[in-house]
Amino acid sequence: MSEVKTSLSLDNLISTEKKSTRDGFGAGLLEVGRNNDQAIALCADLIGSLKMNAFIDEFPDRFIQVGIAEANMMGIAAGLATTGKIPFTGTFANFATGRVYDQIRQSIAYSHKNVKICASHAGLTLGEDGATHQILEDIGMMKMLPGMTVINPCDYNQTKAATIAIAEHHGPVYLRFGRPGWPVFTTPNHKFEIGKALHLAEGSDVSIFATGHLVWTAIEAAKELEKDGISVDLINIHTIKPLDNAAVIKSITKTKCAVTCEEHNRFGGLGDSIAQVIATKMPVPQEYVAVNDSFGESGKPAQLLDKYGLGKADIISAVRRAIARK
Amino acid sequence: MVDIAKLEQIASQVRRDIIRQTHFVNSGHPGGSLGCADFFTALYFEVMDHDPKFNMEGKNEDLFFLSNGHISPVWYSVLARSGYFPVEELATFRNINSRLQGHPTTHEGLPGVRIASGSLGQGMSVAIGAALSKKMEGDDKTVYALTGDGELQEGQCWEAIMFAAHHKVDNLIVAVDWNGQQIDGPTKSVMALGDLEAKWKSFGWEILIMDGNNMADVLKVLAEAKAKKGNGKPIVILMKTAMGHGVDFMAGTHKWHGKATNKEQTANALSQLEETLGDYPHPEDN
Repeated sequence: MSEVKTSLSLDNLISTEKKSTRDGFGAGLLEVGRNNDQAIALCADLIGSLKMNAFIDEFPDRFIQVGIAEANMMGIAAGLATTGKIPFTGTFANFATGRVYDQIRQSIAYSHKNVKICASHAGLTLGEDGATHQILEDIGMMKMLPGMTVINPCDYNQTKAATIAIAEHHGPVYLRFGRPGWPVFTTPNHKFEIGKALHLAEGSDVSIFATGHLVWTAIEAAKELEKDGISVDLINIHTIKPLDNAAVIKSITKTKCAVTCEEHNRFGGLGDSIAQVIATKMPVPQEYVAVNDSFGESGKPAQLLDKYGLGKADIISAVRRAIARK
Repeated sequence: MVDIAKLEQIASQVRRDIIRQTHFVNSGHPGGSLGCADFFTALYFEVMDHDPKFNMEGKNEDLFFLSNGHISPVWYSVLARSGYFPVEELATFRNINSRLQGHPTTHEGLPGVRIASGSLGQGMSVAIGAALSKKMEGDDKTVYALTGDGELQEGQCWEAIMFAAHHKVDNLIVAVDWNGQQIDGPTKSVMALGDLEAKWKSFGWEILIMDGNNMADVLKVLAEAKAKKGNGKPIVILMKTAMGHGVDFMAGTHKWHGKATNKEQTANALSQLEETLGDYPHPEDN
């Protein structure tokens, strides 16, 4: 059976270069600085890692070096926001969430402060630093906070666009991105809509909902599956909260099964958010591609993704399990 | 000319409000609230340039941040008595559907409150953020913050103290409620603070000592603190107070940190505090 290729085809999802999502953040932050003179950047001794140098060079008076004191950074950001500034805090995802959960909870989320918590080196793909730095619980912690928006973009362009978009959004945001060079496939300068899922490929046999780095892995898996005649409806959930429930329901109405893919613990991440929609709105089989309640370890990003069950082969087998359960 | 007697009268009413608020709900923290009544009265009725037609950003106003949020009864009283919200609302303290939560919050939109506090150690950081913002805007008003002394056991406080000196946040005046008490007992037995004066000094702050239960001294030291602004150093006032000050059986002990007075104790306490501005009405009043 021949199919008419629409624009939402896997064939259009190609990458010719690798750039890190943290570089996308740095580029986005510079744009934000140029667009809005109320935007302030703060960092806890990780300027280079967070790619904040371009912003600092152009706006030295709007940068605050906090030193290795993340709790203080969150409080200062809350105070800046109280008085009308738009603070962007920068540190590693581990120190941006778990270390300062109570500061975020009380001084930012409960206090409705317009703080943008920007977190790099999330997940296993930070690589060699190992488990102390590879947070896999941050999405869960942040999405539990009332009023918190949680965004995990998938490539350089999307991270840049998301950084620009969150400056225009009033309210606390957790923006999660990563360390390694990663395939870039979204279009440059695309408009990022918070809370609106990005439909990447039209398909009929299975819905794949993917976030962050695993979106590209899911694209590769979907291309393999297509060769075997399995048609994938591929959806990029860049905003985990608020979740685009309508996009989830529309897709599973068509495919009748779902696979979720994330660089996060299977407890509390994207998979659980999707499962809540599925269980309460439209029960269908779901399979998780996520870290199985474990810490990470040192290694190369690709090795770690394979070892912890987040590789292309894992997505393919999850898809086959989900379809078999229909 | 400052009318010290008038401020003392207001402080007496504020202390009555503290006793009544905590008594009617049989909860809350009267001890620290009583000890800080003079400081709050001086700030809101004399020292600060502030607008009770509350605006969150507070541009061109002095700002106050309460870090030790559990002493909310004293803050609610001065906010109400200085016009931020109706005095009658004090009767809703810690009740369901109230803006006067056990610990202060912006969540219910209570005018005068700019940040939630209660989980200790966070307020100084927030005040620093607001002070930096004022500097960036060329706004020469002052940011005040109050922290407990026991609260200084929280590590985040020292992050903030180090930061403020390094970044020369010299439009910030922090007061420490140096009552030497915390919930479990005297600070010297729970977790000794050591030489507080030397500690702040070594971190690079300008230090002032205040008798926080003497209105004349409160006014004098707050004026001295303000005069030290703009000299490249953040300013701290080590404010000696007695927890429970103003009520003889409550003063100088940690025992009323988090405990309300019963009916007889309330009557006793109120008999020691002149009703100067009129008590707010409460359904349990006879």
